[in-house]
Amino acid sequence: MHKAVCIIARSCPVRLLGLQENPERFVSLTKDQVQHIAILARLKLADSEFDDVVDKLSRIVDFVDQLQAAPTDDVLPMAHPLNMTQRLRGDEVTEPNERDGIQQNAPSTENGYYLVPKVIE
Amino acid sequence: MGQTNGALYTRSLSELARGLEQGEFSSRELTEVLLGRIDVHQAQLNALITVTADAALQRADAADNLRAKGDAGLLNGLPIVHKDLFCTRGVLTTCGSRILGNFVSPYDATVVARINAAGAVMLGKSNMDEFAMGSSNETSCFGPVTNPWNAQLSPGGSSGGSAALVAARVVPAATGTDTGGSIRQPAALTGTVGLKPTYGRVSRFGMVAFASSLDQAGVITRTVEDAALLLGVMAGFDRRDSTSADHPVPDYVAGLAKPLQGLRIGIVRQHFDEGLDASCAERVKAALAALEHEGATLKEIDLPNTDLSVPTYYVVAPAECSSNLSRFDGVRFGHRAADPEDLFDLYCRSRGEGFGAEVKRRIMTGTYVLSAGYYDAYYLKAQKVRQLISQDFTNAFEDVDVIAGPTAPTTAFAIGEKTDDPITMYLNDIYTIGANLAGLPGISIPCGFAAGLPVGLQLIGPHFAEETILACAHQYQQLVDWHTQCPEGFA
Repeated sequence: MHKAVCIIARSCPVRLLGLQENPERFVSLTKDQVQHIAILARLKLADSEFDDVVDKLSRIVDFVDQLQAAPTDDVLPMAHPLNMTQRLRGDEVTEPNERDGIQQNAPSTENGYYLVPKVIE
Repeated sequence: MGQTNGALYTRSLSELARGLEQGEFSSRELTEVLLGRIDVHQAQLNALITVTADAALQRADAADNLRAKGDAGLLNGLPIVHKDLFCTRGVLTTCGSRILGNFVSPYDATVVARINAAGAVMLGKSNMDEFAMGSSNETSCFGPVTNPWNAQLSPGGSSGGSAALVAARVVPAATGTDTGGSIRQPAALTGTVGLKPTYGRVSRFGMVAFASSLDQAGVITRTVEDAALLLGVMAGFDRRDSTSADHPVPDYVAGLAKPLQGLRIGIVRQHFDEGLDASCAERVKAALAALEHEGATLKEIDLPNTDLSVPTYYVVAPAECSSNLSRFDGVRFGHRAADPEDLFDLYCRSRGEGFGAEVKRRIMTGTYVLSAGYYDAYYLKAQKVRQLISQDFTNAFEDVDVIAGPTAPTTAFAIGEKTDDPITMYLNDIYTIGANLAGLPGISIPCGFAAGLPVGLQLIGPHFAEETILACAHQYQQLVDWHTQCPEGFA
């Protein structure tokens, strides 16, 4: 039920609805869309914060939407700020095992394992 | 400037180094004085999340012993505060977030390790916007930091705690990180020096990641000389950071002596538009005139895609943040929700309870722009525009050595003033974000006051040209005394 499937068709203009309803104040994202994004992001939103998230997220999406107007034909996307390629290293063990120290921060462990709620019934 | 006989807390790091070397005072004495400053001013400033007083005094004694043996490192016995997103072994590292509220790092960030190895004494960890996402220090779960120049005002952010401490003469230097302006903007708003080095110049290992292609560690100090001193310690290749630059580290302090004669300074037309406060513009122009008077040449240049830098940033940075912050899952460290129904519930509630509103917005923005059907329209598009913005800088640096202009569009704004509208807050970084998108070094230095509040001058250089911007900034500081002015109540 929580599969990461986007519910909006790709061809759907992002802020069409909001524009038609109120040209002064875009509302690009619907509550359903925001709820879906929250599931993808594994974030439980409180009922009290939900409307505010819809409002502000819509404003942010409207704001970044101005990028669409920039002419970028034949421009290569930037993958690294210095346009460098990734350095590789040998596949060697270089770090000591610090499991016990690291697990001091874990909420729940047993015999070196991290404990989570039962996944398979 | 040359004054070396004032109260210890008013002195720069370099002046303190000379005092320690000459035996004028010990590191313990110095540390006690500064811990006393913390006691007096923390309640108003709220600039520290953790104070490590006992460990600091032990480190200070150890530094004094080393000095007695003639074995003092470059920063031996000198104080430092680290922004609370640098991992510090055995010390709380919270990133200003509830989700890391109980996280004690099992290791040191490379920046911390190098500054430690040079002998510095850490006094504590500074407050910051949650995960460095903010321009006002209001998104910290530990509450906002106040600006020493006026407690109603924000010190800027996200390295607002570090900037406030340095401005208030609590410490002479603190580390910061800059993803879109988070060192330079708070430096401008508090009248301090903020240096963001070239991407890859300083290791990101042990810096809690926000946006990995933009994040860079740097420092906030009162003098450019101190920024140069610290950069020399922090910079250099680190095999633990896969984007660390294997590039020689020059003697930045020695490089400060380079005079301004012949320096070609580019003035960006788009940085003096209607968005810039008129009195800030006046101060920045006066600073540029002073540089010209000393022999630099000024040339108007264009960065045509400046307007697109903030929207580009608010696609790229949230995209990377949504990916980086997926590690906070309530399983291996950090906050875990009580009584989860199942694993999915554990993830969603741990994250929902652990993250603040701004961090959630950015994670969700990033999730949206990376999701199926929107990736090309937003993320790929933004990475292309980023290339254009970067190319603008490359073109500009064919004609000039340094780009100069305002750091921020206004002086410090009121706490709470911009919290209702994320876009207004985001636009605060319009002049600083370009350097992050293009991976360039930048520095903000105080260049005067408007209605009693500090104004910052920003200098941006080509990749790995920290020496050039540091020398220019240092030469400017020899002409003025803005950086020696202390906010009322902190003298």
